[in-house]
Order: sequence, then C-alpha cells, then structure tokens
Amino acid sequence: MSDQESEPTSAPNKNKQSVGEIILEEIIAPPRSANRWRRLFQAALIPFLAILTGLLMGAILIVVTSPEVFAGFRESFLAGLRAVWRSVAVAYGALLTGAFGTPQEIVAAFRSGELPRIYQAIYPITESLVAAAPYIFAGLSVALGFRTGLFNIGAEGQIFLGAIFSVFVGYSLKGLPMIVHLPLAFLAGAVGGGLWGFIPGWLKARTGAHEVINTIMLNYIAFRLSDWLLTGPMKRPGSANPVSPMIEPSAMLPTFFGSPVRLHLGFIIALLVAWLIHWYLFKTRWGFNLRTVGANPSAAKYAGINVLNGMVVAMSLAGALAGLAGANEVLGVNRHLAMAFSSGYGFDAIALALLGNSQPLGVVLASLLFGALRNGATKMQLVADIPIDIISIVQAFVLVFVAAPAIIRAIYRLRKPPEAEEAVVAASWGGK
Amino acid sequence: MAATASAFHREIEYISPTRQRVMGVIFLLIGFAIWYLFARPLESGVMTKFGMTPGGVKAVVPDLVLPSLTTINLLVALCGILGVIQLARKGGFKRSTNLVLGVTAGFFVIGFLTYAAAGKSFNLAGLMHSTLLKAVPLTLGALAGVLSERAGVVNIAIEGMMLSAAMTACIIASVTKNLWLGMLAGILTGAFYGVVHGVLSIKYKVNQIISGTAINIFSTGITSYVSAKFLQPIQELNSSGTFKPISIPLLSEIPVIGPMLFKNNVYVYAMFVFLVMLHIGLFYTRWGLRLRSVGEHPKAADTLGINVFRTRYMAVLLGAMMAGFAGSYFTLGSVGRFDEVMTAGRGFISLAAMIFGNWMPFGSFGAGLLFGFADSLASKLAILGVQIPSQFLLMAPYVITMIVLAGVVGRGQMPAADGTPYEKEST
Repeated sequence: MSDQESEPTSAPNKNKQSVGEIILEEIIAPPRSANRWRRLFQAALIPFLAILTGLLMGAILIVVTSPEVFAGFRESFLAGLRAVWRSVAVAYGALLTGAFGTPQEIVAAFRSGELPRIYQAIYPITESLVAAAPYIFAGLSVALGFRTGLFNIGAEGQIFLGAIFSVFVGYSLKGLPMIVHLPLAFLAGAVGGGLWGFIPGWLKARTGAHEVINTIMLNYIAFRLSDWLLTGPMKRPGSANPVSPMIEPSAMLPTFFGSPVRLHLGFIIALLVAWLIHWYLFKTRWGFNLRTVGANPSAAKYAGINVLNGMVVAMSLAGALAGLAGANEVLGVNRHLAMAFSSGYGFDAIALALLGNSQPLGVVLASLLFGALRNGATKMQLVADIPIDIISIVQAFVLVFVAAPAIIRAIYRLRKPPEAEEAVVAASWGGK
Repeated sequence: MAATASAFHREIEYISPTRQRVMGVIFLLIGFAIWYLFARPLESGVMTKFGMTPGGVKAVVPDLVLPSLTTINLLVALCGILGVIQLARKGGFKRSTNLVLGVTAGFFVIGFLTYAAAGKSFNLAGLMHSTLLKAVPLTLGALAGVLSERAGVVNIAIEGMMLSAAMTACIIASVTKNLWLGMLAGILTGAFYGVVHGVLSIKYKVNQIISGTAINIFSTGITSYVSAKFLQPIQELNSSGTFKPISIPLLSEIPVIGPMLFKNNVYVYAMFVFLVMLHIGLFYTRWGLRLRSVGEHPKAADTLGINVFRTRYMAVLLGAMMAGFAGSYFTLGSVGRFDEVMTAGRGFISLAAMIFGNWMPFGSFGAGLLFGFADSLASKLAILGVQIPSQFLLMAPYVITMIVLAGVVGRGQMPAADGTPYEKEST
C-alpha cells in the first residue's frame, strides 16, 4: 500500500513542485501551438464542410433543373455526364469570377497601370466586400443575441428601422459639414435599430414575453411602417415609385476608388465594429456579464448580475448593430431608401452567427464568404441563366448543416469531438 | 402546484381594483373616442346605407339604412354605460372584463364604419364575406401551429410550408388539369417539410426556431427559383384555375348569412370541419390528451408509456400537412396562379392568430376572423375614401399579438414544454 502510494507522489517532489503549482502552470501557460491549431481546425471543420455540402446541394439543383442535362442524357450517358459537368462548371465558374474577378485580368490591369482598367478588374472583388458589410453588422447582431441567450430573429426589421432613421437624417438635414452629418446619419441608424431591439428586450424583461415572437411581429410592423413612410410622408416629391429622396452628399459614406468601384467606408467601419464587439464581449466586465447571462441565467443572478437589465441591453445593442447594417446600405450603396433594399440580410444573419460560432471574427469570415456568394450569384444569373435565389437555397442548407453538425458528421463519417462544443444557442419559446 | 399558482394569479388579475379602474376608464375613453372621432364631424340627418348581400348575389335583403349620427351616439352611450358599470359595480365585470373590452372595441369599429360610410352606401355583407375568405388561410395556418405546438414543437415554418405548397399545388393542378390532385400535392409538400422539421428538431435536436427559419429561407429560395426558371417562361405550368363555389341547398337560401357562409368553395367548408374535428380531437379524445401531455410535460408522458418522439413526429407531420393545405388555398382557392412570395407573411399572421387564440382551435378561428377583417378593411379603405393609411390596419395583427403576449389583456397559456426538445434519459 505504502509502496504504491509513494511512487506517484515522488515524481512531483523531485521537481520540488506542489500540485497547486502544476495546476497553476497549466492555467497560466499559453496553449501549445500544435494543440491550438488542432482546435482551430476542429472548430473550422464543421462550418467548412457545411458550406461545401451546401454548394454541392446547389450544384445538384442546377443540374436537375437544366434542360441541357436532360437533352444530353437523352443523347447518350456520356453526353449527359458532360452536360452535367458543363452546367455546373459554367455556373460556379461565373460565381467565382463574379465574386473575385479573373486573376489574369487583374494582373494585366495592374501591369498596364491604367486606373480605369484596374478599377474594372478589381470591381468584382470590391463588390463582394460591399455585399459583405451589411452581413457583418447583421451577423454581429444575431451573434450578440446568441451570446446573451437571446434569439434575435428581428434583425430584418431592425435593419429597416435603421435605414429609415438614417435616410431621414441623411436627406432632411441640409447644409451640415460632412464631419457632422455623416456620423449623425450613421448613428441615427443605430438608434433606430436599437429602438426596435429595445422593445422586445424590454418586453421580455418586464413581462416575460418571448423575444422570438415579438421580433417576428416587429419585423412585419417595420415592413408596413416603411411601406407607409415611402408612399406617404417620406416619398420623394415628383417620383412615381415609393422611394425616399436622395440623401445629401454630406451624409454619403465616402468611397475609396473611382467609379465603378463602390467600396466605401462602411466596410472598414464594419470591421472596426466587429473588433469592438469582440473587445466588449470578451475583454470587458459588461461583456462578461452578458455572456454569463447567456450561459446560465440563474448562476448570473446569484452572482449579482442584473439579468433583466442584461437582456434589455443585449437586445438594444443587437438592434443597434442591425440598424447599422441598414444605415450602411442607405448611406453607402443606395443613397436612398426603397422597399426592396434589404434582401433578407436579417434572416441570413442567423446562418452567419451560427457559422461563426457567435464569435465576431467568425462572423466576419462567414460574412465575407456570404458577400462573395451573393455578389457572384449576380454574374451567375447573367452568364448561366440561373436565378439568384439559388443563393438562398444554398444558405438554407448551410444553416441546417451548421445547426445540426450530427448530419455533417454522419455524411463525412467524422468522429464526435471529445468535448461537445456545439454552438451557443438560445432556448425556443416556452422552454426557459 | 403550478395550476393552483396560476389560478391564484388569475384571481388577483380579475379582482385587482387597479385593473378594474383602468379598464373602466378605457371603456369610457373608447366611448369618448367614438364621439370625438366619428360623431363630432357628422351633421345630423345623414344616412348610412349598408348593403347586406355580398357581391354576385341578387339582392333579396333590403339595404340596412341607419341614421349615422343617432347610431354613433347610441354606441357612445352604450360605451359610457359599460364604463360606468365597470367603475361603479364592485369588481366591475369581473371575469367578463376582457369580453366587454372586446365588445367596446367592436363598437368602435361599427362606429368607424358608420362614420366612414355616412351619406354613402357600403356593402357590409361584402366586407364580411371577404373577411371570412381572408380568414381561411390564416385559420388553417393557425390550426397547423396549434397541432404542432400543442405537442411541444414550435413551428415558425408555416410561412415557408404554405408558400411551397401553394406552388406545387398550382403546378400539379396545371399539369394534370385536376384541382384535387393539386390539393394533394400541396398537402404532400407540407408533409415533406414536416418530416424535415421533425427530423431536425426532434431527432437532431436542432433549435426549432433555426430549423423553421431554414425551411422559410429554403422555401422562399426554391419557389422564386422555380418561378423564375419555369413558371414565368412556361405559362401552361402556372394556370391552375380555382375551385368553384358550391351552394349548399336550403342553407344558402338563408338571407344575409346564407350566401356568406354556405356558398363557398371547398376550403371554407374544410376549415369549419377541421376546426370542429381538431377541437374535439384535442380536448375530448385520448389521442388529444396524449398529444397535449407530450407538449405539457413530456417526461411524465414518457413515464406513463406514451411514445414522446412518435407523438411529436405525428403532430408535426399533421400540422405541416395542414399548413400545406392552407398553402394550396392561395393558388387553388383564391388566385388561380402562383406569384413569387405570394403568401406575403400570412404564415406569420397565422402564428400570431394561434398565439392570440391562446393555442385553441376556436380561439385561432376568432383571431383569424379578426385579422382577416383588418386585412379586408384595409383594402376597402380606398373605396370609403378614408384618410387612414391601409398599412396601419395591416399592422394591427402584429401589434395586437404583442399586446396580448405582454399580458396587458390576460395572459395566454402556452404549452409548457413548447419549444424544448425532449431528451430521453438513458437507462
């Protein structure tokens, strides 16, 4: 007995280290880089495979709805296979060049040194970034909600409110210098969206009404509201269409390059905001409190955190972020408000937040990808005659696959990771 | 214990003197609003003429002609009396307070219609008929929600299920030239999504909201895709026609309500049948008891030998088929062709109707009628020449739902385990 016991205890004694010290060292020491890479790989594997499978499903849809493929198979099996390959290659080739441009052209343009030609060559990739900016804001909005245990499916309505506020400040205030007008208009977007997030947050804290139902309702209230504003009080004078007046030039987000490149300051602001949210969530006391509320509300309550306040703050912040997406679109891209300005960014944002595991950096990466997809799809529609809606289908698949990693693991025969680190997701209604 | 606790709260809610007073003041305020908004601008001697036969039917009932001002003043007086009773009597209207609130709100609407149609003629029966028709998909959608949520699975994908079902129903009916096959296709489309939603949320325990959102996104995408690629270029695929109204003998001869209720297409009758069936099924059969027990307390149900997973699958599937049936109404029962995103958020109004109807079949029908009324009134505003933006009426369902959800007018009782996946404990 004593022999067996002396054996293990002697080892730490040799290094003259107590158990406590060892544990302390373990905690303080930075994780070994190999381990870290593996964890990163583990974390990125499911999203990567989800996107890949989603694109694969899109390809299948392209094939089965292509008349050429059916014509090919009627001819011969080989011709059919060739038609399958051609239809997918043409479509996804257009998607790729539409999203990133053609490398040869970019190299040639830079070599020639002619500015217009360079702009033309980098136009596709900058358009992808333009499309990614609202995704970043909206994705951060949903991610912040998830981190606090709240499901913000009202990002779409918050985007509309943000756009309404921001476009109103943008066109109604005249003669202000840009340095005042632009931030004012941009922040107005945050206020509008924040208001639309505050309402469900406050209702949840005050009455327990579930935020999912309320944000869905607020989405539709926002649509009707902007419909009314655009046909009534905010309608552009003399226009037959339901659009708002153009904003003043002093409220426009400046672009970096000449026409046709539309890349504007909003993208940089989006990256900055993402960094800010990361800092807020993971480096400040307030962010820690919010995350505690999300991870375990009762523990948070016993730790003296005001859970109800946390919900209101989180929903308002989430709303403000989504509102910025709206501001970004009207001040940077459209320069006016029209009914169809948001193509479901608020709903895609749920997929983004899940893809990025509710981490700001992850959301940025996912947004860049979705921006590229959305932008590339426009060219795919032109070249291959494939409706742009295929992107929604791909995104729906991606959403399902990241939400149910078990499906992906079953398809690719992956082992379940030792520690279950599934995405943090709020409870549905009813379940507390 | 939970039951007694809620009964206790209800007691407080109904007897609370503050609530009694607030409600009394609200009744008086509604009366004042009717007077201020509708009676004050009117001159005496103006008549309001309400047509009492829906369009397309030869008039058998004379129009209802009311003296506008007198009618409105009568409504004001009634509101005043109700308000005074509520304030003066001990406990006010007690349990019926919400009902009285509904009645005064109804007075407000009648007052508005009398005012808006003063000096004109307005087809009231037509409005009521279109209310019923607009309530059909909303009620059917809400029944879909009731089925699934009573078993504890949240279904926000009603919108997506409806949209896809509307399209497949239209395509199949156009190709086969058979409306019944189209309807079947719609139901099967719903069932397909039901299987997807069930597998994702019950087997893989995906958050039910996410699963529903994914279905909604997918459905919008696939219908727009197919519509752009096939339905727009090939019109033969997109002309299904609609079910013709069937007159029920004798009953359809009843004045006023006859042509309104008993001269409709199959969807309206089906709605009533499903309504009654679901109510009886849920509350008076063993099947319904089991279904509800799975939604209220799955663990207890499991202990008693009810297969929680199978019951939930069944409920989700039936609900989704109902949503598919509701979706096929849009093309086969109403328009006769498919347009992109033609459901336009009606699935979410169904959801709202289900919540407003307190997860009850007949409650959902009432809510469906109310929301259908708002919808059809919105489209009649222009005819009446009223300067109220129709968008505000279209907002009403959502606003009302938020108010109800916040517990301002009595709190709904949602199934206790709604939205929580069931984990069977390993033995």
